Amino acid sequence: MLVSYNWLRNYVNLDNVTPEELAEKITRSGIEVEGIEYLAPKSENIVVGYVKSCEKHPDADKLNLCQVDVGEESLQIICGAPNVGAGQKVAVAKPGAKLPNGMKIKKVKLRGVESNGMICSLQELGLDEKYIPADVAEGIFVFPEDAEVGEPVQELLNLDDAILDLDVLANRPDALSMLGVAYEVAAILDQPIELPDENLTVDESIEAKDYIDVKIDSIENNPYYGAFIIRDVEIKPAPLWMRNYLMASGIRPINNVVDITNFVLLEYGQPLHAFDYDQFGSKQVVIRQGKENETMVTLDDQERQLNENNLVITNGKEPVALAGVMGGADSEVTDGTTNLLLEAAYFDSASVRHTVKQTGLRSESSTRFEKGVDPNRVKRAGIRACSLLQKYANGKVAGSVVEVDALDKSEKSVTVTTAKINQRLGMGLDEKDVTSVLSRLQFEFSKNGEEIIVQVPTRRLDISIFEDILEEVIRIYGYDHLPYTIPQGWVQAGGLTDIQLLQREIKNYLSSAGLMETLTYSLTNEKDATRFLTPDIEEKPAYPVGLAMPMSEEHSHLRLSLIPEMLRVLQHNVARTQTDLAYYEIGKVFVSREEKVVNQPIENLHVAGALTGLWHNHPWQQEKKPVDFYVAKGIVEGLFAHLELDVTFVQTKMEDMHPGRCAVIKLNGKGIGYVGQVHPLTAKDFDVKETYVFEIDLESVFAVHQLAPSFTDIPRYPSVTRDIAFILDNDVPAGDVQAVIMEIGVPLVKEVSIFDVYQGEHMEEGKKSVAYRLLYQDPSRTLKDDEVDASYQEIIEKVNNQFGSYVRS
Amino acid sequence: MKEELQAIESEALAAVEEAEDSQALQEMKVKYLGKKGSLTTVLRGMGKLSKEERPVIGELANNVRASITEALEAKTEKLEREALDKKLETETIDVTLPGNPVHVGGRHLLTSIMEEIEDLFIGMGYEVKEGPEVETDYYNFEKLNLPKNHPARDMQDTFFITNELLLRTQTSPVQARTMEAYQGNRPIKMICPGKVYRRDTDDATHSHQFRQIEGLVVDKNITLSDLKGTLDVFAKKMFGKDRKIRLRPSFFPFTEPSVEMDVSCKVCNGEGCSVCKQTGWIEILGGGMVHPRVLEMSGYDSTIYSGFAFGMGQERIAMLKYGVNDIRHFYTNDVRFLSQYHQA
Repeated sequence: MLVSYNWLRNYVNLDNVTPEELAEKITRSGIEVEGIEYLAPKSENIVVGYVKSCEKHPDADKLNLCQVDVGEESLQIICGAPNVGAGQKVAVAKPGAKLPNGMKIKKVKLRGVESNGMICSLQELGLDEKYIPADVAEGIFVFPEDAEVGEPVQELLNLDDAILDLDVLANRPDALSMLGVAYEVAAILDQPIELPDENLTVDESIEAKDYIDVKIDSIENNPYYGAFIIRDVEIKPAPLWMRNYLMASGIRPINNVVDITNFVLLEYGQPLHAFDYDQFGSKQVVIRQGKENETMVTLDDQERQLNENNLVITNGKEPVALAGVMGGADSEVTDGTTNLLLEAAYFDSASVRHTVKQTGLRSESSTRFEKGVDPNRVKRAGIRACSLLQKYANGKVAGSVVEVDALDKSEKSVTVTTAKINQRLGMGLDEKDVTSVLSRLQFEFSKNGEEIIVQVPTRRLDISIFEDILEEVIRIYGYDHLPYTIPQGWVQAGGLTDIQLLQREIKNYLSSAGLMETLTYSLTNEKDATRFLTPDIEEKPAYPVGLAMPMSEEHSHLRLSLIPEMLRVLQHNVARTQTDLAYYEIGKVFVSREEKVVNQPIENLHVAGALTGLWHNHPWQQEKKPVDFYVAKGIVEGLFAHLELDVTFVQTKMEDMHPGRCAVIKLNGKGIGYVGQVHPLTAKDFDVKETYVFEIDLESVFAVHQLAPSFTDIPRYPSVTRDIAFILDNDVPAGDVQAVIMEIGVPLVKEVSIFDVYQGEHMEEGKKSVAYRLLYQDPSRTLKDDEVDASYQEIIEKVNNQFGSYVRS
Repeated sequence: MKEELQAIESEALAAVEEAEDSQALQEMKVKYLGKKGSLTTVLRGMGKLSKEERPVIGELANNVRASITEALEAKTEKLEREALDKKLETETIDVTLPGNPVHVGGRHLLTSIMEEIEDLFIGMGYEVKEGPEVETDYYNFEKLNLPKNHPARDMQDTFFITNELLLRTQTSPVQARTMEAYQGNRPIKMICPGKVYRRDTDDATHSHQFRQIEGLVVDKNITLSDLKGTLDVFAKKMFGKDRKIRLRPSFFPFTEPSVEMDVSCKVCNGEGCSVCKQTGWIEILGGGMVHPRVLEMSGYDSTIYSGFAFGMGQERIAMLKYGVNDIRHFYTNDVRFLSQYHQA
């Protein structure tokens, strides 16, 4: 809402408050002023001048030589505007004046003739082109005859105005009107308010009911409709002051009738609509719901398809307006209009909102109906408009209004006590602090003992309960007076849950391991939403969740894996010559069990990593270690070691992964994730080079993880190590043998590690040598050689039996 | 004999002094102190000495042996040290060459901010609550005093999945769920951080996905002053102890009264500058007293209980705190951006 400071002065005394101070006070009291704009910088040297004579320039066809009386003197001015003429009153920038566009006016010679100033257009005086009325958009501006010669134009054209841009939120539709803002400002400044003149001299010889009848078929959507008849209007420009105020408020003046309805809309916050009575098409206004397949052409010359959810104004035969949204083209006020049917009505906000949503038409009118108008101002706004039409369009206003009125105009009452207000605020206000705020807001109230019974004016639709009054009191009294306290009484130990702590621990580990955390979007494209699914994580089908109306194809579905968006991050960085990257992310994936989503999907927290380029790079030492499978696996193993969980890795095949370099991670026999190399074709798809990834379902980890590890005593007795190298078939996984050794060696074998793998020369075709180191230990005693030897022999025998291997000599 | 012993001593000491390597020293040890060495040879003649002479010569012989041994040891040590020094000299390297780079990972800036805020409130006795990102219309809107067709729903453009399912536009449904779970019979002190989604076109100040953190306190006699005091603690911790706060009235459907909190501008100290658009204040977050209808809908008797709630965008806090100029940096994950803030 653009609020003209000068216009506002008509209702509230602003003598002691500058626009800046006013803006600050309004902001601090509840409605944010987003900016202040001045129309034009002050200039004393632009005045009203009277064009005494106007002749052609002797040496230039398109220039005119004017003698202009500017009060104290007469100036010779050369003017190129086609519309300049003798007898006009015009805006003259005298030598020394500076125009808003920066131009300085000097005495000059044009084609040998002296010119001592400039006759200006509204654009040159600083008004925004888009608000300048069509009739004065071309050429210089001509003042009405009553303009006084020599008077500065600043005031006459309202150029000294400051425009406050108010950000009115949904709860304060009252501030979408000058009167509403006036009440607000009056309360803030503790000033009285002066209401507009609603005096009306009607022409008793005209009876409105002879001209029109009103019938409402949809009373719940249209509880009030008032039809005013104004005869013999003279269509012409509205008075200059009104045009000025409209332009300052961001509305382009059209003609007196349209301008008056817009002026009252801004002044009262009540939209009005003027129909050309003679083009209305009948003597009856019928308000009803639209019909299927019904159409109408709105003012913007668009044909609109209607349905039963649209409230329409009809002439009994066909729609003439979309109620509260936009009028029809046929009954529009034109230069030829002489008789008016003026509508002042109350339309239900939900009904208007529906039509706005459906048609996409949003107007000054619909915005106000959608948010709600004051039921007690509907008819008054009509009367105010009639009074202005009488004054500025010479209209004859019919002696009565034809109306259907089922509108609830009663005021709500809310009961408060000072004690309860203080209890909720944490303050110690006196009763008079409370009642003085109510008086400033012009809320009537009565007292009953401790109780204050507040009558809430209907303009304040946002107030209906105790808390609303509480807010009025503190916002006008001032939030700065609130003390600073901390909740007293009940205490709990704050903290993170085990699962939240575990997430932080995982971040600690991965960050320490050299990985950088990323944050990517949950929404991805449909194809990527179902890629990189952990094999056999669950047998049930997993469907992605799609948006009903995505903004773009890139972000249309919720992800089932973190990897695709992470690959996109790698791609972004690689494209910017950042080639060595190690990333991790913790985030949710969204799994639906239904092909057509109805219920909330399952949300599983995942951790994932993506690595590419070099893992180590010590350039001058020629030590370069590219990321490979075992780097990625090492990070995963380290993570589970850190979490004290035993997992196994089983060779697997997965779409989008290298067929020979991918393992499923199993916890207690169940697949909970994978690690491996991204398939080179998929990598190419994402425009990345050799890349390794892992992804783990953390919900499975949370399910078994114990946060506090128990204490294990540090061994006091020496350990014994034994090495064995087995010759194995190539396709026997070294890890399987390792697991079997561990199994057989229990309880004396504490660790089995692999320290050498050999294939090639001096090795039988299809065989490999894998060397294991076994660590024997008993926490309660020193081991004897013969018991270690016995275990060692048993292991060799059983492994050879199970895997067909033999010991390398 | 005495003269012989003294002659051996002086000859041996001189020879040790002259020795150039450990092998020479070894030979001298044999020559003078060995079983067939000169000292032993001389001492064999002890038997011919008188009773009186024997202890005198014996002591002298021991002294001579000790003296030679000591000289040998000293010389050995000296030679070894010289050899070591020489070897170390050859091991000299160029210390100006770069060391091996260490891979440093780290948390995302938003994670650091989130944990900092979490820890601040945990210290004041808050628990950390989480909830689903795919929410129902009921918890995201209706339970928060935003019935269907409420005009304030337009304030947040929503990604709908079905008529009833949506991507949450705020973390407030976690508050509604918590209040419901506690069944109106115990106080609440919680914060809820998390991702939220809105139909915004991504640009320097908008992101279709961002993160919020909200707080909720419900108890008997919670006041608006409690909210002001709590936010003041928060603002001073996050933005510096010299910062001031102010509250301004605002509107949210789930709080009444509703407020915006501004923090005095750090750049100009409240004087007015381009960062704060000459106002001296920067808008940080919104909050208010929990609307009685919101309390009632979740089973809290609003005549007994009152509460305050507040919420903020984590990105905004991070941008203000660290001067980040484009919200997209958080989601582009350029390593040159991320590595500016690792605080793992």
